[in-house]
Amino acid sequence: MNLFGLTFRHGVHPPDSKELTEHIPIRRMPFMRRIALPLRQHAGKPARCLVKKGDRVERGDKIAEADGFVSVPIHASAAGTVADIDWWPHPDGSMAETVIIDVDPHSPQIPRPRMVPKWEGLSADEVRKAVQEAGLVGLGGAAFPTHVKLSPPADLPIDWLLVNGAECEPYLTTDHRVMAEHPDRVHFGIRIMMQCLGVKRAVIGVERNKPDAIAALQETIPEDLDVTVQPLVVKYPQGAEKMLIQVVTGKEVPSGKLPMHVGAVVQNVGSIATIAEIFETGQPLIERVVTVTGKGVGRPSNLIVPVGTLLSDVLDYCGGLTDDAAEIVFGGPMMGTSQPDMRTPIIKGTTGIVVLTRDQVKPKVTYPCIKCGHCLDACPVFLNPSQLGILAQAGRYDEMESLHLGDCMICGSCSYVCPSNIPLSQMFALSKNALRKRKTTKVA
Amino acid sequence: MDRPRFELTASPHIKGPDSTPRIMWSVVGSLVPVVVAASWYFGVSALLVITVATLGAVGTERVLGPGGTLRDGSAAITGLLLGLTLPAGIPLWMALLGGIIAIGLGKMVFGGLGQNVFNPALIGRAFLQAAFPEGLTTWPPAPERWFQLAGDNFALPFMSPDLEPFVTGATPLGQMKFEGIGTAPLDLFLGATGGSLGETAAVAILLGGAYLALKKYLDWRIPVSIFATVALLSQTVHWISPEYPGAVFMLFSGGLMLGAVYMATDMVTSPTTPKGAWLYGLGIGALVVLIRLWGGLPEGVMYAILLMNAMVPFINRATQPRVFGTGRGVAAP
Repeated sequence: MNLFGLTFRHGVHPPDSKELTEHIPIRRMPFMRRIALPLRQHAGKPARCLVKKGDRVERGDKIAEADGFVSVPIHASAAGTVADIDWWPHPDGSMAETVIIDVDPHSPQIPRPRMVPKWEGLSADEVRKAVQEAGLVGLGGAAFPTHVKLSPPADLPIDWLLVNGAECEPYLTTDHRVMAEHPDRVHFGIRIMMQCLGVKRAVIGVERNKPDAIAALQETIPEDLDVTVQPLVVKYPQGAEKMLIQVVTGKEVPSGKLPMHVGAVVQNVGSIATIAEIFETGQPLIERVVTVTGKGVGRPSNLIVPVGTLLSDVLDYCGGLTDDAAEIVFGGPMMGTSQPDMRTPIIKGTTGIVVLTRDQVKPKVTYPCIKCGHCLDACPVFLNPSQLGILAQAGRYDEMESLHLGDCMICGSCSYVCPSNIPLSQMFALSKNALRKRKTTKVA
Repeated sequence: MDRPRFELTASPHIKGPDSTPRIMWSVVGSLVPVVVAASWYFGVSALLVITVATLGAVGTERVLGPGGTLRDGSAAITGLLLGLTLPAGIPLWMALLGGIIAIGLGKMVFGGLGQNVFNPALIGRAFLQAAFPEGLTTWPPAPERWFQLAGDNFALPFMSPDLEPFVTGATPLGQMKFEGIGTAPLDLFLGATGGSLGETAAVAILLGGAYLALKKYLDWRIPVSIFATVALLSQTVHWISPEYPGAVFMLFSGGLMLGAVYMATDMVTSPTTPKGAWLYGLGIGALVVLIRLWGGLPEGVMYAILLMNAMVPFINRATQPRVFGTGRGVAAP
């Protein structure tokens, strides 16, 4: 173990701004009058709705089922009545088919007993089934179904379980608090995953700005597990899968391949604690830890929020907005999404709500590219954003593809450093979409 | 809770502190000591020449550029740098014309900021050198009093400047090339020699450059690569045949300091890749030594930089970084 912390080359150093919430214990938020549960909360196919308007649901009831392998069910996060099934603002900025539930104010909100079986004695397949049935997805933002990660193809041996506790996005402290408050849960989750994957060693990567979390995890490592806690240098995007794998194992994931091709599975630490939690409590994934923070919010907090709780309710609960609040971001400020609508619900992949003030909003004026090369020094995958940007503006997507646009993670480092304020990562996201669209139409 | 409207921006929603105007104005700021040093040695003429060259550049940007581009500071840098490459005694109308050409032909014809291939200040100087070789190579010695003009600064356009009353001094490089006389290293370092305005104060230039390099507003690899190449090449030649000057003289004489620190590092016209920066510096250093030792001119920094400017697109293409997960460095699957 390297005490000074490991890191990758390039990257950027935005102020981590975590002091607002890093020492605030996680509290539980009460149930509000209404929740909205989009059927699309995970990567893969949206869930298929099982309820209709007027149905009574209890807390933890399945309201939508998985549609295929890369899909998970969705559960009611509060007891109540289905008020409507309609289009509703989704955190990604679009409208999505959503089950709207009027929460029953008289219900004690006690879930049905044990919907997830006990872990002891389950086979790997039974664990995967239980994890899918519980609606588990990665809680780090991308919301990739956990059971798919637990099912690598048989011909790819997995040597490493990498637990991602880097939490390199500024402001966010959900993983930090979970690691500091529930290290046992993290280790239990690691045990379940290691057994399911058949791996012998696990490494927890944590950025050095969370010394209490590192200490808590280190003190509680079970004696029979080969688990290491690896401090990492504070740098963005330290928590990107490819960066973490390279830092810990020394291997680069080949362009266009997945972590499993170098024998690694990476899982976010909050998701791992949640795996432990569902087997402990028997409840499916119906709530998650959310950091509500930023200079624009009255009382920054780390909250357990029922999935589907509306943005306006969360903000009200956290002391409302300040007068100079100007932008509300779901997720971290580097990769998150601006929210225009206060009715937008918290979903499984929502790591945080960051409220930026007027003086923090990006300047809107842009200058021509002065070829300063700062973006080349920032790009963690060694692309040439300056040149890609010029090609993007000209719509020369094929050339961009041959310059490895496909390896761009849209991490935003290039845009962050660009002195001319050119929206590089936005242009790359659009170019990727254009290429994808072109490919699908060619096939058809 | 109700608010009329929230900002909607694409990620990332926060922005680093650097901005293009901030970079450009920092460069301008770091040039102030150089300008002060120049006026210390050359008197009021230095300030006049630099001011007029800057006015020419800024005025041209104002007329030919899209509105508001003066605020980004890049035209001011071009003008200042051009002024610093001129001798103190040059007629002011030439300095003005140089500024106009620098921005007009060096930058605007390419499409303005970020688009030009060659360093605009050097384009301005190259034009002046081709058009008025006499005005550009008349090096007055430092005047006795600060307010004394160093040359016929107020000569009328297209009239031959009246150089009679002004004794023409020699530059260290000229003395070395044509007469074989060396100059004391300390005089070179502190700038107490003849030459163009910004050629003489190595200390001020190095300090400004160090500040910019620390702020990452210039790529330190470029001057380091140029200095290393010039030092190695010239010292080798000096060992083989001692009539040629050694490394110290080559580094601190002529326009090498100003060129390597401020001209070659112009972001727009230098490579964007780290490897490219090394190569580009190597090319400039080698050309400087070649021109100075065996070329027809005593000084070659300007042409060395302009020639390598032309090579930048090729250098960039040849030195693209290895993309993560490709080529060597990737474990066998």
